[in-house]
Parts: sequence; C-alpha cells; structure tokens
Amino acid sequence: MSSTPLTAPPQESAPTQTGDRVFSGISRAAGLVILAALAGVFIFLSIEGIPGLFQDEGAYKGNGNFLGYVDTLLFGTVLSATIAVLVAVPLAFGIALVVSHYAPTWIAGPVASIIDLLAAVPSVVFGLWGINVFAPKMVPIYVWLEENLGFLPFFKAPVNPVGTTILTAGLVLAIMILPIITAISREVFNQTPVLHEEAALALGATRWEMIRLAVFPYARSGMVSAVMLGLGRALGETMAVAMVLSGAGGISFNLIGTSNPTSIAANIASQYKENTPATLHILIATGLVLFIVTFLVNFAARWIVARNERKLTR
Amino acid sequence: MNRSSNRLALVPGAAALALSISLTACGAGNETDANADSGSDTTTETGTLSGELNGAGASSQEKAMEAWSVGFQGLNPDVTLNYNPLGSGDGRTQFIEGGTLFAGTDSYFSDDEGELTAANERCGTDIIEVPAYVSPIAVMFNLDGVDSLDLDADTIAQIFDQKITTWNDPAIADQNPDADLPDTPITTVHRQDDSGTTKNFTDYLGKASKSWSYEAEDAFPVKGGVAAEGTSGVVAAVTNGKGTIGYADDSQVKDAGLSVVNVKVGDEYVAPSAEAAAKVVAVSPAAEGRSDTDMAVDVDRTTTEAGAYPVILLSYLVACQTYDTAEDADLVKGFLEYVVSDEGQAAAAENAGSAPLDADTASRAQEIVGAIAAK
Repeated sequence: MSSTPLTAPPQESAPTQTGDRVFSGISRAAGLVILAALAGVFIFLSIEGIPGLFQDEGAYKGNGNFLGYVDTLLFGTVLSATIAVLVAVPLAFGIALVVSHYAPTWIAGPVASIIDLLAAVPSVVFGLWGINVFAPKMVPIYVWLEENLGFLPFFKAPVNPVGTTILTAGLVLAIMILPIITAISREVFNQTPVLHEEAALALGATRWEMIRLAVFPYARSGMVSAVMLGLGRALGETMAVAMVLSGAGGISFNLIGTSNPTSIAANIASQYKENTPATLHILIATGLVLFIVTFLVNFAARWIVARNERKLTR
Repeated sequence: MNRSSNRLALVPGAAALALSISLTACGAGNETDANADSGSDTTTETGTLSGELNGAGASSQEKAMEAWSVGFQGLNPDVTLNYNPLGSGDGRTQFIEGGTLFAGTDSYFSDDEGELTAANERCGTDIIEVPAYVSPIAVMFNLDGVDSLDLDADTIAQIFDQKITTWNDPAIADQNPDADLPDTPITTVHRQDDSGTTKNFTDYLGKASKSWSYEAEDAFPVKGGVAAEGTSGVVAAVTNGKGTIGYADDSQVKDAGLSVVNVKVGDEYVAPSAEAAAKVVAVSPAAEGRSDTDMAVDVDRTTTEAGAYPVILLSYLVACQTYDTAEDADLVKGFLEYVVSDEGQAAAAENAGSAPLDADTASRAQEIVGAIAAK
C-alpha cells in the first residue's frame, strides 16, 4: 500500500481486461445462482408448506395440530444431530491434529485419504450397515448401560433388542459427518503460519501449548465452519436415519429404548411415498421448519465466532 | 508479458476444445451404431400393439408391475407402459379424472365418498375391477429355540397391542404345548412408513379378533414396539433382534429364512402360502351392489374354510369397459389379459412373491377384460 505504483492502476492495464470481465462475470453469476437457488427453495417451501399449518386435525396423525406434529420431529432431529456432533467433533479435531501436526508424513497421508474416502460412501450404505451390523452389535452395550446407569433418564429399560435406537442413529451420523469436519479442520490447521508455531516453540511452549496458542486461534473460524457443515449434514441426513432409527415414538430422553422420536428429514422420506395432498403440505411445512432451524443454527454460530474474534483482536 | 502468457494459456485450451469435440463426435458415432443394432434386433419381432399405456395407483403392486411391464413389453415391443406408484387413493383419483387409462388399488372403489359413481361416470359404463395381485402377509418371529408357533387372531392382536409382553404368556403357551417358551420379553416390529401391508394386517386383526379396537389404517396405530422402514427394514429388525415378532410380505420373509406363525383358521393352524391365500380370495363373498364386470370382494378374514389363509393383501386393477379410441381399448385389453393370464400371474409370483389367482377367479377375470372395446 505504501509504495505507490509508478505505472497506471491495474484496472487500466488493458491486456487482461477480457479475462477479468469474464472471470468476474462467472464468479458473480455463481454467487447469484446460489442465492437464487436458496431463495427458490425457501419460496417453494413457503408456498407449499404454509397450507400444511392449517390442515384438518386428522391429517396430523393424532397430534392435534402442526405444532404437536412437528415438535417431536424437531426434538428428534436436534437430539440425533447433537449426539452426532458431540461424538464426531472431538474425534475429528483429534484426527486432523494428528494428521497435520503429530504424525510423520508417511502415516498422515494415507490416514487423511482413508478419512476422505468415508465421505464418498453413500448414506444408504451407512443405513444398511447401521441396521444390519452396527445396531445389533450395540445391543450388549445398551444392556450394560441400562444395568449400570439405569438411574439416568438416558438409559431406561426396556432396552431395544434390535439396537435401532436414537443413540445408534446419532453414532452412525457421527461417522458420516466425521470426514467433512476432519478434512476441513485439517486444511485450516495446515494453514497456520509456520512462523507463529516456531515463535511459540521458541518461547518455550510445549507442543500442546503451541497448538493451543498458535494453531487454534488462527483456525477458529475454519473449525466452526467445519462443525457447521457437519451439523448441517447431521440435521438433514435422511436415508441413514430413516433406515436405522425405530422412530415412531414421542419426545423422550431415553437413548436406548424402542420408541424414539424420528427426525424431520427421515420422516419426510418415510411418509412421502404414500401421501395425500394434505399430508404432503404438512411434510413440506416440516421441511420449512428444518430449513429455518438450520439457518438459525448457522447464524448463531457465525455470530458467536464473530464476537469472539472481536474480543481477541481487541 | 501479459499477452504472451495469455497466448500460452490459449494453446492447451484450444487443444482441450479440439479433443472434446473429437470425443463427442466419437461418442455420437458409437451411439448411432448402437441404435442401429438394437433397431435391427427389435424389428425382427413384430408386436401387435403399440402406443403408450399410463396407469397409477397402489405401490403394493410396484414389484409385480415391473414383472408385468417386462413381460407385456416383451410381447409388444412398441408399447410403453408407465405405472406411477402414487398410492391407491391418488391412483383412484387420477383414474376418475381421466389422467390414466387404468388404476391399481388396494381397496376397491366404493361409494362412501362417491368414488364409484364418479368412476362409472368417467367410463360412461360400469367400471371393470379385477383382482390382480394377491400376497400373503406372514407373521414372523425370532425366538431362540422355537421354530414354529401356532397362534389365533386374539393372541396375535394382544401381542401387537402390547398386552401380551412375554413369550411364556399362558395365552401363547396354551396353544403351543410342545414349544419350549422362554420368558424373553416380546418386542413387536411394525412399519414406520404408511403401507397397505399394515392396513390389511390391522384389518385382519380388527375383523378376526375381539381384542383389537383400532381401525384398519396405513399407519400402524399402536404406540410402542420397534418401527422399521419398509418391508426389508421390518425383516432386518426381526432378524437382528431377540424375541421379536413382526409382519411382512410372505415372499421376503421366506427369503430371509425367518420362522412364521401358523394362524388359526377354523380349528386348524395354517401357514402362509400362495395356495392358501388364493383360496381365501375364491371363498370371499362379492362386495354388495356390484355390477357384472366388478369382481370386488370383501376379503373374508373370519373364514373357517380348511387350508385358507386370511391374512392377505388383495390389490385390484381398474379399467373402463369402453374407451374413446380403438388404440386405448386394445392396449388396456391386451395388458389386463396378460396380467390375469397364467403367464402374467406366474411372472408376478416370481418377481414379487405374490399368489397366482385360482383358476375360477382368473377365468372370470379373463372373460371380463376380454370384452374391453372401443366406443
């Protein structure tokens, strides 16, 4: 900035002008398309969904009104996504740190690729694996939890003998969101300026202190992005939850029972096939609720990060 | 400087462009070759019918419809058959509105909401309604050391109503003196999604037992128990659990090798089978006030006929007696004749595990659909 260029400002250096214009046009179009797509989805959900708020009582399957219908689903969505994020985030950051800062390159490379491969597995495959392999294997653990921690509201008898509980669904989701969070946080950890790290080490910091003082503050915004993307996938995951979860129950904090609340996306998937116009409106209205909730969660996270960042720079 | 780098960048770009053009040319060339090949193959067989045949309705018939579609289009290569598995209700509505030439429905047209009259008006004459798809629903269970169980409708109803909760309950033990029943808790498995299987199963429980107080519905009415997605989800849940019991299309239960409940009919206990299911259709009384071309029956869930199995799903195909154009009439006639023929029923049995119609029912259906003609 301080050194004023001797030649004319870059805009007027003619030779690159065509390329510049094309490129800026393409980027602007890309940005607008995303916005238009989001707006389009929102408008569709509103037009088709709002009638779903005012259907006859019978269409809400014994829940009286839309609120009574959607609250269970919203609870199930949030609960399964929370379990997934609680399990996946520490694991993902751990893996990302190992790959970026601890492991020698010959291990880090293959580990990173294997984690990335997980992201390419279709969710139906996770669903099949969940119901046929993972859920039955979890049953002895649930029985143990009920026997030893049964006094907690989370581990109440009777245990689901099939293992298709919301805890299983949350764990399957955790595995599904792991690669996204890992890949993004690995990249941002790698971006930490080496000078910062070396300065911290030179001041006598241990490796953990170096990561805490130099890497985390630098990567915070990227880490939050990673978690948000993971959370978004967990909130919106459809087939895996529909296949794994025994979700016909009401609101319950019991994580190992047979009657679990299902998630909004899974409910749409399983009810869509045999719909009537009334139930279709209701299903789309639940989709609108999910859309808004995802938006709010993202905004809240961004706001928290922005506030922290301001505090740090002050 | 900038110019030269621009020019450099252009070279690979142009090369890529040229390459992609040659690739598309190549691909297009292959495609026309392939088309020419298949064209010459198909023209050797001459189909008698041609055109587009659109239907919609019950998703229960979807797998059978795949088999029928392959079989019918094999006989008539110039026909395109589209079946939209929207569900029975939407299938009936579309048929009434004239959007489709035929409909598939799990419950026959009735005049409770004026649908039968509306459908007759659409056709101008009484509609044709023939049974096309009969599928036994098995009650299957997974219990260590027990391979077979005899249960009556009352006991099954109480199990699925969460009233009987352990396997050594006297109600079960009394009917199975030889079985070594453990005190394992019973876990019922039902469909999470709406399904005609659930509707027919609950209809059976409602009519055949005194202990079931719920309406026959697509959504399973009782809270509690494990819910699973689709037939395969239910089968997987019963297979993976211990002390589980559920209901599903018999064909998929057989494939999974699960033990099935013999259901009490009259004084005997009957296992689900194609013959036993077809038999129940044959002995079921015709629905009241039906025309000669309407084969709708009220499935006799309480039959005492020896060897009949009343837990079935029965699905109909619906069409008009006359159509505006000869082309439409010939298409519908040809298709329905194929469906109720031995060949069509065998194809569905193989692909969807349904029970072929018994000879009397099939020949009557054949006669009715054979009369479809242009106006």
